[in-house]
Amino acid sequence: MKRFMAFVRKEFLHIFRDFRTLIILFGLPAAQILIFGYAVRTDLQNAGIAVLDNARDEVSKELTQKIEASEFFNIRRQLSSYDEIDATFRQGKIKAIIIFPERMASDIAREGKATVGIIADGAEPNTASLVTGYLTGILSDYSATLTKDITPAMPLINPEVRMYFNPNLESHFMFVPGVITLILILICALMTSVTIVREKEFGTMEVLLVSPLKPWQIIVGKVTPYFFLSLVNIIVILLMAWFVFGLPVKGSVALLIAECMLYILLGLSIGIMVSASTSKMENAIFISFLALMLPSILLSGFIFPIENMPKIYDYVSMVLPPRWFVDVIRAIMIKGAGFSYVWKETVILACMTMFFMVISSRKFKTRLGKGK
Amino acid sequence: MEREKVIEVKDLVKKFGTFTANDHLTFDVYRGEIFGFLGANGAGKTTAMRILCGLSRPTSGKVTVAGIDASHRPEEIKKRIGYMSQRFSLYEDLTVRENIELYGGIYGMNMKEIVPRREALLERLSFTAYGDTLIGALPLGLRQKLAFAVAVFHEPGIVFLDEPTSGVDPVTRRQFWEMIYETASRGITVFVTTHYMDEAEYCDRITIMSEGRIVALDTPSALLSQYGTSSVEELFVKIARPQKTSV
Repeated sequence: MKRFMAFVRKEFLHIFRDFRTLIILFGLPAAQILIFGYAVRTDLQNAGIAVLDNARDEVSKELTQKIEASEFFNIRRQLSSYDEIDATFRQGKIKAIIIFPERMASDIAREGKATVGIIADGAEPNTASLVTGYLTGILSDYSATLTKDITPAMPLINPEVRMYFNPNLESHFMFVPGVITLILILICALMTSVTIVREKEFGTMEVLLVSPLKPWQIIVGKVTPYFFLSLVNIIVILLMAWFVFGLPVKGSVALLIAECMLYILLGLSIGIMVSASTSKMENAIFISFLALMLPSILLSGFIFPIENMPKIYDYVSMVLPPRWFVDVIRAIMIKGAGFSYVWKETVILACMTMFFMVISSRKFKTRLGKGK
Repeated sequence: MEREKVIEVKDLVKKFGTFTANDHLTFDVYRGEIFGFLGANGAGKTTAMRILCGLSRPTSGKVTVAGIDASHRPEEIKKRIGYMSQRFSLYEDLTVRENIELYGGIYGMNMKEIVPRREALLERLSFTAYGDTLIGALPLGLRQKLAFAVAVFHEPGIVFLDEPTSGVDPVTRRQFWEMIYETASRGITVFVTTHYMDEAEYCDRITIMSEGRIVALDTPSALLSQYGTSSVEELFVKIARPQKTSV
């Protein structure tokens, strides 16, 4: 135990002395939270809108006010003719232009309908679809009130779309679990594999193996600091989510931490496996990044919903730990689900952890025992 | 004269599949001796050294290091030896003192034992001024000397040096050998592999390996007169790269 502690102490020294490691450990999570939270938002806030009001009657004025009043839009310009549309979009500040037809109010009064044009900036497809969606929402909202006034007897189909857990479609509800998943894989798998491989590359592993330290003590000693630092990281991320974005953990924090610990173990065993299969740091980084990070980002459902993917990706994603873990965290953080809702995912993750641990310990034994 | 044997090797055979890396090696190493292990790459000296260090097990034969059987209790051997490899073994991002503490700790010493011995060591090497310097900031020669001092810091019975002076300038090599002599005079057995033939002459006895077998084993001067050569280098060329038929 004394030997082991001396070794773990050295591991902590390595981490705290290496500026780059510290940045990755603590700077990156914070930066990711802030970037995803503020910059890469997939919800709308104060999107620039221009209005081409050919009607200039009470209906168009009222609608303009409604749009302006919503927090989603900000009316930046009033256009006076169609000729200005092209130039307006080219400037890039305006995400959509809303065009009210001539004699709008009287059309509505006489024919019971009017057509409002919305032109969105297709260069940003995501934003464009959001903008048109929100604008359409405002329009139909308004037309519903009109219809009530004018022909109360007329039944009207009025689609009511409502988000159950995320009523405002706020994207940071979604990204916090994603960032946790990503950070844990990054720290656990990437950094541990690199730190172990570094010993091999520098030749210090040889000296450690000749020492009375047992191979498992070396490996456990190397990953122990990362286990604790990962936990610290999770807590920091959760606190940031809470205080910066007002997103508390709805479910049990203890359960959440326990699930995170399981996932950390999983990441660590993957890292050990990667480190057992290469003795070059670049390879370790490459493998971790390509085989772990990219699939985690693309296929875990963190950014792109799995439901929207071709079926084949759905199956592929099933072997990826992040997919299950994202589900678990979302359930606990956002839905406030208890263990009974996430036990299936937990069992899957536990099995994966066992699997990787067995594989990596086997690989390590053969590598260190017989290899030259 | 009967001296204490610290390494006893009898009919050591190590096979990897059908390849025989060590073919019936037999030799003894005595306490306080500087024992040189020579051989071309692939002659089997690394394999033999790994077995002696408890890293791998013999296929057959009896190997005893510091009184411990290498086939059955290699882990016990590890506690009783020191090791320094040709590749640099200290951590560059730790200070001199931290490196010493680390290895002392790994070899089971507690801080009460480590601190006085560490300070005495720094004093002896006139390293005190560098105590809190990161290893990475030290010149290579100093690092190598320190690496050796760290390898014997826990006062092992035997220290294994795997090509310890490769890539070191002649002046440092000279100083390094002075440290080896000093260590041996304290009763620590030094088992050293090297490919600098002039260094072989500093050893008390040398072993020359070729194709998995020991082809010569004696004091350097005895070997030189036996084969009628004037330097170990000449000797080595003469006997270590023979035709298949000889010896």
